[in-house]
Amino acid sequence: MASVEFANVRKSFGTHPVIKGVDIEIADGEFVILVGPSGCGKSTLLRMLAGLENISAGEIRIGGQVVNNLAPKERDIAMVFQNYALYPHMTVADNMAFSLKLKGAARSEIDKRVKPAAEILGLTPLLDRFPRQLSGGQRQRVAMGRAIVRDPQVFLFDEPLSNLDAKLRVAMRAEIKELHQRLKTTTVYVTHDQIEAMTMADKIVVMHDGIVEQIGAPLELYDQPANLFVASFIGSPAMNMIKGKLDPDSALKFKSESGVELPVAKAPESAKGRNLIYGLRPEHMTIAAGGIPAEVVVIEPTGSETQMIMRVGTDLVTGVFHQRISAKPGEKIGLSIHAEATYLFDAETGKRLV
Amino acid sequence: MSAVSSNSFARSNTAVGLFFMLPAAAFLLCFLTYPLGLGVWLGFTDAKIGRDGIFIGIENYQALARDSVFWMAVYNTVLYTFIASVLKFGFGLWLALILNEHLPFKSFFRAIILLPWVVPTVLSALAFWWIYDAQFSILSWSLMQIGWIDGPINFLGDPNNARASVIAANVWRGIPFVAISLLAGLQTIPQSLHEAASLDGATGWQRFRFITLPMLTPIIAVVMTFSVLFTFTDFQLIYVLTKGGPVNATHLMATLSFQRGIPGGQLGEGAAIAVAMIPFLLASILFSFFGLQRRKWQQGGQD
Repeated sequence: MASVEFANVRKSFGTHPVIKGVDIEIADGEFVILVGPSGCGKSTLLRMLAGLENISAGEIRIGGQVVNNLAPKERDIAMVFQNYALYPHMTVADNMAFSLKLKGAARSEIDKRVKPAAEILGLTPLLDRFPRQLSGGQRQRVAMGRAIVRDPQVFLFDEPLSNLDAKLRVAMRAEIKELHQRLKTTTVYVTHDQIEAMTMADKIVVMHDGIVEQIGAPLELYDQPANLFVASFIGSPAMNMIKGKLDPDSALKFKSESGVELPVAKAPESAKGRNLIYGLRPEHMTIAAGGIPAEVVVIEPTGSETQMIMRVGTDLVTGVFHQRISAKPGEKIGLSIHAEATYLFDAETGKRLV
Repeated sequence: MSAVSSNSFARSNTAVGLFFMLPAAAFLLCFLTYPLGLGVWLGFTDAKIGRDGIFIGIENYQALARDSVFWMAVYNTVLYTFIASVLKFGFGLWLALILNEHLPFKSFFRAIILLPWVVPTVLSALAFWWIYDAQFSILSWSLMQIGWIDGPINFLGDPNNARASVIAANVWRGIPFVAISLLAGLQTIPQSLHEAASLDGATGWQRFRFITLPMLTPIIAVVMTFSVLFTFTDFQLIYVLTKGGPVNATHLMATLSFQRGIPGGQLGEGAAIAVAMIPFLLASILFSFFGLQRRKWQQGGQD
């Protein structure tokens, strides 16, 4: 087990920069998730850590040792690929034992390592099967088994759940998290799915366009997003964003472009007169007669909660309510907004002001 | 009622299917089954050019069994096929591996590699004929200029030299087919397998030995079967370069069969020699049949 550090890491393909100076510190035993939309450079960053892509500038350290010029096999890391990359011509047991065989480990030693790993992952009855004969979830487990057997310094996961169906994904999510709690090996995990990031990570790194937007614990990112990108990326359904300005007459009022007045908890001096974006999470509102007028557009009951898309002025706002609502599309209702849970972002820089 | 109609539907479907198969069947009958059957029949007759033969049983084969030239041709054919195929496989695989790397002008090289394969055999054989010429050989001339040899090499005049020369020409011509086919096979191996193996600690050689080679075996089996069939039945190269000489030293079964049957006029004997190739060809087809069977790891499930 080891810590991992990225120090001002850069990467360009030809003249095209993909990673534009990334600094991340990962403590020993931490479960860190790199998350971001496709093309943000998260997978490239992971592959650079694995040694599959070279590093254009900066340093990557594993356990304090600079690994920029080490071959993948010298870095003592194990990776689970998106397509699992199981060797199709080897049985499950041989897949898991491959790295040990290459090291020239004795048959008994290999058994001693493969058997417990297979036991942990419930693969024991499948050891003689070939990858083609396995289901998606089983292949996923074999890929993890291959990593566990290595007992590496760091585990790398590259979108490991994206080829699974929704139900299996939730199950494997819990399995991977439990595995990490048991083995406590430093883990770097890449995904584009913010729910995976929120549920599994000790620490999330939100990436966008080759840079790190914010690093923090899941709820920290949720409660205190540094900027518009993180605020809109984390959370589902996404945060409502409404353009407008602070009301010059009354300090604790935000006036949207269509003239609707929305409450704010505090309004710093710097925000006055600027173009702002008002951020409101869907769960931070309730229905109240005489509140802010809204018109129901779409209503989506999911059983445990009700999602509603409403028109407030000209803006569409999504709300999540824990009670069942019998409103009809087109109906006028009133909204009460929890002012202390709202955000204000600078419309030009995207930075959060409140 | 419905059973009857579905039955007649199935029947009419079959009829339509058979109808559409007719052209292909007629083609195969005329150009494959008939010549093959005729060849086998001629082998049992004493037909000569201009005279229908009469059935003489296995007399032709008995004569061949005592014929040292025939056995020489069999030996030559097996030797020729074996050595040329091994060399073609070795060089072809090597070339495919090189072309699979990230080279500049990769597609240009891939295209140019095919040249020996697309040039008509007779043309390239004529070129080799000059290269191997007893007096004007460029090879002899170059070696003499360097000072490695004193006089020109008798490439096609000495039995062993002649065998080596025709094998070299055949290898040159056959490499592109093997190389391009294996390259296609190499490209079906996902990059992530190599990445996984290198993370697992495999060296370049180990990746080749444990990933590339086992995943390539199905394609190697197909390609080498075809290569063996082409080489075993080779005719043009030998006929242009040596006509089977010197003193029958490079006669293959195909050239000997032609020699006896057409210029020699002994159609029956020529046909018998051609038929004698069939067991060898069947053997290599059987080999490929078992080689091509889906391996256990390729069975079951979908990707």
